[in-house]
Amino acid sequence: MTDHGEIDHVSGKSTTGHEWDGIKELNTPLPRWWLITFYLTIIWAIGYWIVYPAWPLISTNTTGLFGYSTRASLAVELANLEAVRGEKMAALAKASLAEIEKDPALLALARAKGRTVFGDNCAPCHGSGAAGAKGFPNLNDDDWLWGGTLDQIMQTIQYGARSGHAKTHEGQMLAFGKDGVLKPDEIVTVANYVRSLSGLPTRQGYDAAKGEKIFTENCVACHGDGGKGNAELGAPNLTDKIWLYGSDEATLIETISQGRSGVMPAWDGRLDPATLKAMAVYVHSLGGGK
Amino acid sequence: MNKAVNPNELQPEGDYGPLYASRKKVYPQSVSGSFRRIKWGLMAFCLGVYYLLPFVRWNRGLGAPNQAVLIDLPNSRFYFFFIELWPQEVYYFTGLLIVAAVALFLMNSIGGRIWCGYLCPQTVWTDLFYAVERLIEGDRRERMKKDASADPMKLERISEIVLKHSIWLLIAWWTGGAWVLYFNDAPTLVKELVTFQGPMIAYIWIGILTATTYLLAGYMREQVCTYMCPWPRIQAALTDEWALNVTYRYDRGEKRTSVKKAAELRALGEQVGDCVDCYQCVAVCPTGIDIRNGPQLECIQCGLCIDACDTVMKKIGRPTRLIAYDNDINIQRRQEGKPPIYRIVRPRTVIYSAMIVAVGGIMLYALLTRSLLDVNVLHDRNPIAVKLSDGSIRNAYTVRLLNKRGFDRVIAIDVDGPVNATVHVVGVDSVTPDRPMIVIGRDQTAELRLLVTAPAEQNPEKSIPVHFHVTDIGLGEVATATDNFVAP
Repeated sequence: MTDHGEIDHVSGKSTTGHEWDGIKELNTPLPRWWLITFYLTIIWAIGYWIVYPAWPLISTNTTGLFGYSTRASLAVELANLEAVRGEKMAALAKASLAEIEKDPALLALARAKGRTVFGDNCAPCHGSGAAGAKGFPNLNDDDWLWGGTLDQIMQTIQYGARSGHAKTHEGQMLAFGKDGVLKPDEIVTVANYVRSLSGLPTRQGYDAAKGEKIFTENCVACHGDGGKGNAELGAPNLTDKIWLYGSDEATLIETISQGRSGVMPAWDGRLDPATLKAMAVYVHSLGGGK
Repeated sequence: MNKAVNPNELQPEGDYGPLYASRKKVYPQSVSGSFRRIKWGLMAFCLGVYYLLPFVRWNRGLGAPNQAVLIDLPNSRFYFFFIELWPQEVYYFTGLLIVAAVALFLMNSIGGRIWCGYLCPQTVWTDLFYAVERLIEGDRRERMKKDASADPMKLERISEIVLKHSIWLLIAWWTGGAWVLYFNDAPTLVKELVTFQGPMIAYIWIGILTATTYLLAGYMREQVCTYMCPWPRIQAALTDEWALNVTYRYDRGEKRTSVKKAAELRALGEQVGDCVDCYQCVAVCPTGIDIRNGPQLECIQCGLCIDACDTVMKKIGRPTRLIAYDNDINIQRRQEGKPPIYRIVRPRTVIYSAMIVAVGGIMLYALLTRSLLDVNVLHDRNPIAVKLSDGSIRNAYTVRLLNKRGFDRVIAIDVDGPVNATVHVVGVDSVTPDRPMIVIGRDQTAELRLLVTAPAEQNPEKSIPVHFHVTDIGLGEVATATDNFVAP
């Protein structure tokens, strides 16, 4: 900027000679250190363009002098992480399910790992705390469709139920109404009989003897004598206080008429064996395991 | 470009002149006297404590650190002689900070800025650096002459400067070195540091503290007190008319005249002051002020001007303590011919002392009665309660047991809440049913998943309180936590 040699008396600085309505502009250039820093950043940026991948081309991009890539460094970091965790996870993979539960350190590891994996994979159906929902079992209680021992839980997680996997649990609640096996009034009667099995109140004037007869002819095959259930077939115990779909008359009528066939996916092959073990131990330790 | 114009030379009519004054370098002169001796003593004490404390040992038994003062960050423990603090007990530091603040107020109301003049790290290290400078470059006059000299540097002068900075850096480096020793076993760390095996973080901190010590004590000096420290501003609000401050007794000192003229005037029976305007008080001042201008923000009240003035007074045969720890009340009283009074017991000092005693007492009580066995309970909130197949209700809790003693302990857990409740700890097969027993390692915590199951019929309420009693079955020590038992 031109220096007009005129000195402003208050500030002691020279002016630029520009004047608006009697107000003169002071010549205050940017400080040198600031300018140098600014130029350095420009040089730095040019260097950065050359050294690092920076320029998008039509179908690719410049790779930079040393071929640095964030994807490659991420892969390295992940590999390091695996190496760090590898030892502990190997211990988990080696131990049997029962051994894991006996060893406080392994139990803590399995519970921590299991909780994370559960949150990622199981929570959408079973809820983040495994409390379940209608049609999705609560894993905290002591009622298990397919059995609640460590090995049974492991098997259910691995192969699922009605999942299509070769080793999956099979078993179906038939649609007695839809398929025309039972008439509507028979369904009402047997629904009330089922409610009576677990001590729930029944509709006034319902024929208990008829209900028992229908139950014996149609239901005992799967639900067993007295409706105690059968874990082999995933047939629930009808005498306890836990109901997967609900215990009111309307829900029972719907269940008997339409049938039920909830699906538990198979996790074998999707998660590694150590992770599956961790999950089984975690679910077992929630409190319901037998 | 703009012309270099010195604003100091611009003083046209009506202008305010420059509002900025650049720093004038201070060259404090050496001085001897009672306050100087106190300062040397306190400096030796403070530096001694700082540099040597990490090497003091304290036997805490096998496996525990045997360093008397240790901040063990990796294991989250703080050791101070017989006290061991866990992270959840850091509230003791809050108490300590309160006591420290009130102690500062108390000092201030009794003797002004005793902290600033004698104990503040900035003062202690600056004083030490000045001592080194004086030893190598000579006293005030010599240093001023050497700095002003336009001669090309001679080898002698260069070696002086190099030596001074080397010693400064050595002190600064050892200051940073002593700092890191508080965070690790001192003898081991010294060995590691010397053989370049030490942790990187230790070297980084030594570097940081070397730099700050060197800069703050070597270059910033009194500017830290004047421009950076908030205490001068705060203490101005805390001082009162009774507080003893380094004071120029103007009633005795004015009018200032030379020794010769004063003698002449006295012979004529005229009234003259004791101050002979020798500027010794200014020459020795580490913040470069003139105490005769009255109380000032820059004054750190180190008392060196008192020593300097006393020396002069003795030499000219006048009474000492023309500058002294005094207050305005007494200057007033002397002028009125009344004897001076010093009142240390005042509402202000009594309240501060009471606060220190109260907070200190609470802390000591809390420390002596604190439990070395502790239990924290967290109720599962998802699900908050579970109904079991037989209709009973179960609640799950995360229980954390803390064993702050130096040995392993067997802890029994009893639950007192729902009627006929049973207790189960996941992963633990109890020998005694309904009374799980856990072993916790010394100085450790254990996190347990605890299930409490209660028959629904006898516990009809939505939520009832449940108490978890944990008992050391060897010592009988008990800790209790309370939570709720919730029905779905």
